[in-house]
Amino acid sequence: MDWMKIVSAIALVMFIVFLFPRARDMMKNSPKGSSSDWMGFAIPIVIIVLFIMLLVKLV
Amino acid sequence: MNQNFSTVAQRSPSALATNKVLRNTYMLLSMTLLFSGLTAAISMFMNMPPMTYLISVIGGMVIAMFVLPRFANSPAGIAIVFLITGMLGFGLGPILSLYASLPNGGNIITLSLGGTGVIFLGLSGYVLTTRKDFSFLGGFLMVGFLLVLLAAVANIFLAIPALSLMISAVVIMIMSGFILHDTSRIIQGGETNYVMATIGLYMTIFNIFISLLQILGIMGGDD
Repeated sequence: MDWMKIVSAIALVMFIVFLFPRARDMMKNSPKGSSSDWMGFAIPIVIIVLFIMLLVKLV
Repeated sequence: MNQNFSTVAQRSPSALATNKVLRNTYMLLSMTLLFSGLTAAISMFMNMPPMTYLISVIGGMVIAMFVLPRFANSPAGIAIVFLITGMLGFGLGPILSLYASLPNGGNIITLSLGGTGVIFLGLSGYVLTTRKDFSFLGGFLMVGFLLVLLAAVANIFLAIPALSLMISAVVIMIMSGFILHDTSRIIQGGETNYVMATIGLYMTIFNIFISLLQILGIMGGDD
């Protein structure tokens, strides 16, 4: 099973290396969000957290 | 009046094109999800070993990153999307078999599937009704995703269940953000290729499902 861990780790590291330039570009070029924009993101995320807690209770 | 009329006439083609991209994306997405379900069922029926998941995910990601972008504007792109999603579904088979063998496994799989559907439909509905622009999330989500991947690499060797739970929870948050970001890109006209839009949304759904399985599997094993 150890070879599976090593292959997984190598695959993830290669994925990180591949994504890194894209992440840097997106960081530079993404428009800045206002506080109301961030609230529009935070509210559904909080609802999802509560929903997952409900799912955990249901298991 | 003339000016208003010409504004409407100018906007219509772009709005129509956006609606077409959205409609095609959802149509292709639903077909690929059904196809994944089918390949997952075949994989479960064939009793594939756990390494199938690793091979399928690596193969699917390599094709998605290096092959798909070259064919995204041709009909071959659709076939490649089915190949990727079919492979990922096939890889899910052994994972689902593993969960199905748990005492509460059927319940965990059903709740994960239903939960993923509710999260995706809820977030998509939220963007489509509010029509908010979530393009500002791009950099934040990508950096968050890279950090989660680094934590996942560390946890392959550390194997800490609490960290695994934390990673799964954060992956769901980040993928939820990507659903908002990608859907808003389609409706704002930033994404005009439905093949690329489909694979992006499919990956978010796939990751949310896997992470929910893991969270419910760990938390549901308490009793």
